[in-house]
Amino acid sequence: MSEFFSMGGNGAYVWSAYGITLGVLIWNVWAARSRLKRNLRLAARDGEPEPEGRRPRVSQL
Amino acid sequence: MKLPIWFHRFGSPPYVYGLANTLAPWLAGIALILLAVGGFWGLVIAPTERTQGEVYRILYIHPQTAYISMMAYTVMAVAAGIGFIWRIKLAHAVAVSAAPIGASFTFCALATGAIWGRPTWGTYWEWGDPRLMFELLLLFLYLGYLALRAAFDDRDKADRVSAVLAVVGIVNVPIIHYSVLWWNTLHQGPTISRLGSPAMDTSMLIPFLIMVAGFTALFFWILLRRLQAEIVEREHGTRWLQSLVREGAA
Repeated sequence: MSEFFSMGGNGAYVWSAYGITLGVLIWNVWAARSRLKRNLRLAARDGEPEPEGRRPRVSQL
Repeated sequence: MKLPIWFHRFGSPPYVYGLANTLAPWLAGIALILLAVGGFWGLVIAPTERTQGEVYRILYIHPQTAYISMMAYTVMAVAAGIGFIWRIKLAHAVAVSAAPIGASFTFCALATGAIWGRPTWGTYWEWGDPRLMFELLLLFLYLGYLALRAAFDDRDKADRVSAVLAVVGIVNVPIIHYSVLWWNTLHQGPTISRLGSPAMDTSMLIPFLIMVAGFTALFFWILLRRLQAEIVEREHGTRWLQSLVREGAA
C-alpha cells in the first residue's frame, strides 16, 4: 500500500497533480451549483415588492 | 443566412433551461462514473511506463485538462460568434458560461504540466517554449474576456464587445495544437491523434480515453448548470421564471 502511495519515489509529483485536478473539479461543481441556487433565490425575491436600495450585483465568476 | 426552424427553439430560454435541467443529472452521473473508473484504472491497474516510471500516471489527467481548456474556448468562441452574428442572447449566455470553466482547466493543465515537467524535463517551467507560452496566452484570453465583460454595466454591450475578443482569440487554439509540430519544444508531439496507429499501448490507451470521455461529460454538465444560472439572471422578471421559482418554492 505504501508502495502505491510512493509512486516509485515520485509520489509528491503524482499526488499533487491529481490533488490540483480534483480541486479544480470540485470548484467547478461547487461554483456552478451555488451560482444557480443564488440566482434562483434572487429571482424568487424579485416576485415580491422591490426592496429599498440597490440589488446586490451578481459577479461573473 | 437563414437558420433552420428547429434551431430557433434553442433561442427560447424556458426551453433551453428545461432541457439543461433534464440533461445535467445524466451528464453528472456519466462524468462521475467515468472519472472514478478511469482514475482508478490509470493509477492502479495500468502498467508502469518503461522510461518514466510511475510519474507517467499524470498522463491520465494532464492531456485531458489541456484538451478541455481548448475545447471550452472553441465552444465559447463559436457561441459568442453565433450570438454576435444572429443576435441570439442565449448564445452569449453559453459563451459566458464556458469561460470560467475553460479558465480553471487551463490553470489545471499548466499546473499539472509544470509538476510533470520537473521530474521528466528537469524544470517546472521554460520561458519561451511555444506550447507552454500559447497555453499561458489561452489563460490570459479567458481572464481578459471575463475582465472585459466586467467593465461594462450594460449586458448587451458586454456580450457584443467580449464576443469580438473571443472570436479573434480562437486563432490561438490551432496554434496550441500544432505548436509541437511547428517549433522546437520540450513538449512531446501528438500521441493519440497521430495518423495510423496511436503510439500508446492498449493497456494505457483505454484508461486514457475513459478519462477523456469523463472530463468531456463533466465539462458539459458544468456548462449546462452555469447556463441555467445565466438564464435565470438574464430572465429576471419574466412570467415563466416567476412561475418556475414559485413551483420550486411550493
